[in-house]
Amino acid sequence: MSLTILNAVIAVVIAIAFAALNAAYLVWAERRGAGRIQRRPGPNVNGPLGLLQPPADGLKLMTKQLIIPGGADKALFMVAPVLAMAPAIMSFVTIPFSENIVARSMNIGVLMIFAFASLGAMSILLAGWGSRNKYGVMAAVRAVSQNISYEIPMLITVITIVMMTGTMDLKELVAGQSGGIWNWNLVPSLSSPLMPVAFLIFFICTLAETNRAPFDLGEAESELVAGFHTEYGSMGFGLFFMGEYANIVIGASLITILFLGGWGCPLGLFPGVWWFLLKIYLLIFSFIWIRWTFPRTTIYGLLNLSWKILIPISLFNLLFTAGLLKVF
Amino acid sequence: MGAYFSEIFRGLQSLAIGLGITFKEFFKPVVTVPYPYETIKMSERFRGHIELIENEDGTPKCVACGMCQRACPSGCISLASKSVKYEVEVKGEMKTKKKKVLTTYDLNFTTCSLCGQCVESCNFDAITFSKEYNLASDRKEDFHFDLLNRLEERNS
Repeated sequence: MSLTILNAVIAVVIAIAFAALNAAYLVWAERRGAGRIQRRPGPNVNGPLGLLQPPADGLKLMTKQLIIPGGADKALFMVAPVLAMAPAIMSFVTIPFSENIVARSMNIGVLMIFAFASLGAMSILLAGWGSRNKYGVMAAVRAVSQNISYEIPMLITVITIVMMTGTMDLKELVAGQSGGIWNWNLVPSLSSPLMPVAFLIFFICTLAETNRAPFDLGEAESELVAGFHTEYGSMGFGLFFMGEYANIVIGASLITILFLGGWGCPLGLFPGVWWFLLKIYLLIFSFIWIRWTFPRTTIYGLLNLSWKILIPISLFNLLFTAGLLKVF
Repeated sequence: MGAYFSEIFRGLQSLAIGLGITFKEFFKPVVTVPYPYETIKMSERFRGHIELIENEDGTPKCVACGMCQRACPSGCISLASKSVKYEVEVKGEMKTKKKKVLTTYDLNFTTCSLCGQCVESCNFDAITFSKEYNLASDRKEDFHFDLLNRLEERNS
């Protein structure tokens, strides 16, 4: 009994450490990447290649006072940043990094991750609502409408995959794609010729769900000051920031597991955790690349993209795949 | 229906073009300079605050005529001079002549608008724009420049 508790504690500690470390160093990677794309060096003063920038930023945020604005809903204000970070860490528990590296394997892993991912919108809503700030409330309204409209095509795409593979277990999903790039879900097969389209839809939805540019309307500086975290300083802001990046890691992991064969090698050689990490960091690089390429969309453009393009196409894909599965 | 799909495809195409551009930029060399550690040479036409020009012997070219002072629309130049007697040989005989020598040349940079009227009005090419741009202070006295002093410092 005590051994299982110890196991759980170690798993949680590793999950938190992985999430926090990733969050801290993805900020660094993002700033360096942005710098390269804009042809400037990015943070390079603290330590070699600026690698000591994240601890410096963290220390700075932690030593600051957490100011709660007058008239704010204290409880909601304090809960919101925690709610931004906690679901991301929870999701790490069930993500299989390789055949053996998984904290808690569940046969409904996909369902659990999406259940926790939708809590992210809740944290933005509570932050905007609780801080008694008009910009915050507007950001919250936007974030909720955005999350609702992008969760639909995302989940329809996931249903398509679950229908094809017949499992919600993340490990089994990856096992079904083992053996090389031609077995990945990304590659169109006879029973699912539209998989690249599904991948694209899922990728776009991941961007939108993690509130990344060009869909970062919740924190559109040009209109909403800083959006939902306008009133947050100190580690409250830090937690939102870390939660955002932890969610990006979750999103990249999900894309890897659902479409890119998890820890499998493209050529079927040496499957292992290194392939998983390589794939998620390549995906994260593409997120950073996209963020610094495209300007922010308008809220109408964002909703139109989802309701007029992504949802009809993903629905068509679902029905089409269902029909083909029946035929073959 | 056709328009719907062609719009999607054209949109995706334009997004791909944008990504291609930033991907190429990603590998190009950095064009900025890490400022406090490295600086770039200011261009020829950079207009800093004004600076006195010196003769070969290190004395200012300025003859203290006061044209710049009069030309300045914001009145930020104030100069003073004294009369100095000196001997010069004219047609074989020594003569005593008087000339004005600059004793102070103060620029109040707090009101200067960098219009350059002073430089334009100078008939002796005695003042020019400096290339100074590291000007930051929390005391306004730091922007009262003694240009004569600066000239001496440059020479020493």
